[in-house]
Amino acid sequence: MSDQSLALQQQVKNNIEHGQAMQITAGGSKIFYAQEIVGEALSVKDHSGIIDYEPTELVITARCGTRLQDLEATLAEQNQMLAFEPPSYSKHATLGGCIATGLSGPRRPFAGAVRDATLGVRIINAKAEILKFGGKVMKNVAGYDVSRLMVGSMGTLGIILDTSLKVLPRPETEITTCYELTERASISRVNKICAQAYPVSATCFDGSQLFIRLSGTESGVNKALSMLGGETVKDADVFWESIKNQQHSFFESKKRIWRLSLKPATPPLEIIGEQLIEWRGAQRWLASDQNPDIIRDIVSKHGGHATIFKNAEKDDLVFHPISGKLYELHMNLKLAMDPKSLFNPYRMYEGF
Amino acid sequence: MAIYKGPVNRNGMSKESLVHSLGLILPKGAVLFDAEDTRPYECDGLSAYRVKPWVIALPETIEQIQAIMRVCSAHEVPVIARGAGTGLSGGALPRENCLLLSLAKFKTILEVDPINCTARVEPGVTNQAISDAAKRHGLYYAPDPSSQIACTIGGNVAENSGGVHCLKYGLTVNNVQQITVVMMDGELVTLGGSGYDGPGYDLLALFHGSEGMLGITVEITVNLLPIPEHAKVLLAAFDDIEQAGKAVAAIIAAGIIPAGLEMMDNLAIQAAEDFAKVGYPIQAAAILLCELDGNTEEVVAQIKRVKRIMREHQASNIRISETEQERLLLWQGRKSAFPAVGRLAPDYYCMDGTIPRKQLPAVLKKINELSKKFDLPVANVFHAGDGNLHPLILYDANKPGELKRTEAFGALILEYCVEVGGTITGEHGVGIEKIEQMCVQFGQLELQQFHTIKAAFDPTGLLNPGKAVPTLHRCAELGRMHVHNGQLPHPELERF
Repeated sequence: MSDQSLALQQQVKNNIEHGQAMQITAGGSKIFYAQEIVGEALSVKDHSGIIDYEPTELVITARCGTRLQDLEATLAEQNQMLAFEPPSYSKHATLGGCIATGLSGPRRPFAGAVRDATLGVRIINAKAEILKFGGKVMKNVAGYDVSRLMVGSMGTLGIILDTSLKVLPRPETEITTCYELTERASISRVNKICAQAYPVSATCFDGSQLFIRLSGTESGVNKALSMLGGETVKDADVFWESIKNQQHSFFESKKRIWRLSLKPATPPLEIIGEQLIEWRGAQRWLASDQNPDIIRDIVSKHGGHATIFKNAEKDDLVFHPISGKLYELHMNLKLAMDPKSLFNPYRMYEGF
Repeated sequence: MAIYKGPVNRNGMSKESLVHSLGLILPKGAVLFDAEDTRPYECDGLSAYRVKPWVIALPETIEQIQAIMRVCSAHEVPVIARGAGTGLSGGALPRENCLLLSLAKFKTILEVDPINCTARVEPGVTNQAISDAAKRHGLYYAPDPSSQIACTIGGNVAENSGGVHCLKYGLTVNNVQQITVVMMDGELVTLGGSGYDGPGYDLLALFHGSEGMLGITVEITVNLLPIPEHAKVLLAAFDDIEQAGKAVAAIIAAGIIPAGLEMMDNLAIQAAEDFAKVGYPIQAAAILLCELDGNTEEVVAQIKRVKRIMREHQASNIRISETEQERLLLWQGRKSAFPAVGRLAPDYYCMDGTIPRKQLPAVLKKINELSKKFDLPVANVFHAGDGNLHPLILYDANKPGELKRTEAFGALILEYCVEVGGTITGEHGVGIEKIEQMCVQFGQLELQQFHTIKAAFDPTGLLNPGKAVPTLHRCAELGRMHVHNGQLPHPELERF
């Protein structure tokens, strides 16, 4: 629980002087999610602790090594939460890893992603300078939005020291209802429901059942439930935890686990494998041994992108390939932020 | 404020040859260069600043924009994009020897997808038109800047516009999922995804609020939300503005996120009531307008709790909208606050700081002190939910020196916002207006990083030059980086 900014800055300075590539690590809970791990480990785990939290301002600021479970426990004491429900694949998962990977949980389509909640960051750049972008207020358009750019950049643009996040009150009541449906019917049903003003806060289709979580005031949720019908799920919290943290049996597959990002109402895909569908259809987990190029081709035809989230094989491209001008802009930006490619080189793509 | 003049038009392409080149790309009448034709484009919403445009292009297709950008790139002619020209920070202010690229003809709503809840639109479509088109599907586009009937969605992306519903529904960046942009070299690139995210870095977020400095947005896919079943607004009056501030904190602490939560001070209340006759209590030191939405059961339950909280904070005159008509009426006063205040004096200057809410009493006290010192009255309108404060300084531009005094006053307000942990602009952007305050908000190192990011997208620096991010030289020249109470904004950083 201490401020290690200056020590980390010194380490980065030394590494830069020696041209030493750095592999930024903290809890190590998402180490599997990478193209390649290169460089000397630089642990930011001890740079931890909550710096500032004022519940009535709906903002919390914490250091990158702060464990997500500690952060969430502090918020829970005030009946608040991180609305994007960050996945924790182990109890060691940290805030820094959460920001760097940019992964959000079941509530994402209804309450925003990590990047939506990110208000400000302090980073160490490739000149070993400590920079501060954004702030602790919700509306802020001064300067380029570097804070949100850091989200999901996998540590390739700099070291995230501290982050300020928007938080929200926990809903008064949550109830989950479910229906037995086919995949096609489930996609159609869930999108019909989500296009109407129901207080939906999560959706999941596990292959045979569609689960819909409702959140809000007790009277509001009960009203919606009476209109939606279905079978009320017992111990729904356990179910949603297992989806969020990937403890659900679906994720035990030894096949490649893909994360497909698509338009919500995209019809069932002609891909061999099992699927678990979240985010009203926009996030589809796929366990499949089918040729990656074929999978990417199908997903691209639907305007989506596909990441090999887990169990990637040697020579697989983990992240969905980008090309042309988009790739050029990525390279330019990487060079602007980290010209010698010392931060997590190759973690995302060839070149960065 | 002197308008920044940097090196432009390095190649020295003459006006005639630019007009000729554009004439090969665009139909007759789509290139303006006569003083008479270009006058309406002299300024945007920051009308105190005017520059005669050099040449204006009004393309109709993306291919035309690409061709224009290639010409400008080859001849190093800077390009300034413009939507409806409602921006309040001079982001679309023309410059000598620059091409003003109007997106006004891109007015088509390409697709409303009621199943995926999105709309794909051209950049010149107005914010309001999107909600109008979505209405028959029971959907709407949530961000609602007060200029929504006129401002365009392209401009909203460039400024990352807000509105009165930001606390619950977010800003533009939180409601857009994909954009297509033309880069300075004429190449087309799509950012974001067809679902909730795209591959690679979040360049979509970076483009929001980038004020036309990185690329020209030519197509936008926004997310639409279901229109809430029910909405009610509660009006509460307070004798003491600090109590109103405490009531806001108490509502949030109770776990309620109102759809809108607005505060007005006495001068703003009086002006609005005089203008809109909605029945605001004109004696009150402050009023709060609190809107709750959701299904009927939810709204009824929450309005009861908010009413109790207001009472506990000595609110008088609590009024709850009984009908949709009354709800709109109660908002009418707030929504007409700017023009209403505009009637109190020949001119007003609207500021746009954001502060941590708890600092409101301190900031208002400071504004009062400064108001006396500068001898200029101020009306305050506050997006209390998200901390965005709009002090409106009343002045008379015809009185010698009064605009200058007003700007000096405004600058001190913004610098105080930074000092209490806030920012110089919540939703209006930096443009030319707040470029000097950027030197207070950010240190040398951050500004340097901004310039390298800009260069990654626009290596020749031809897009909207001189706006949004000041050069280090300019900050040094102005002698900004002020020391407040012996404290630098970022004491940990080196200063030059």
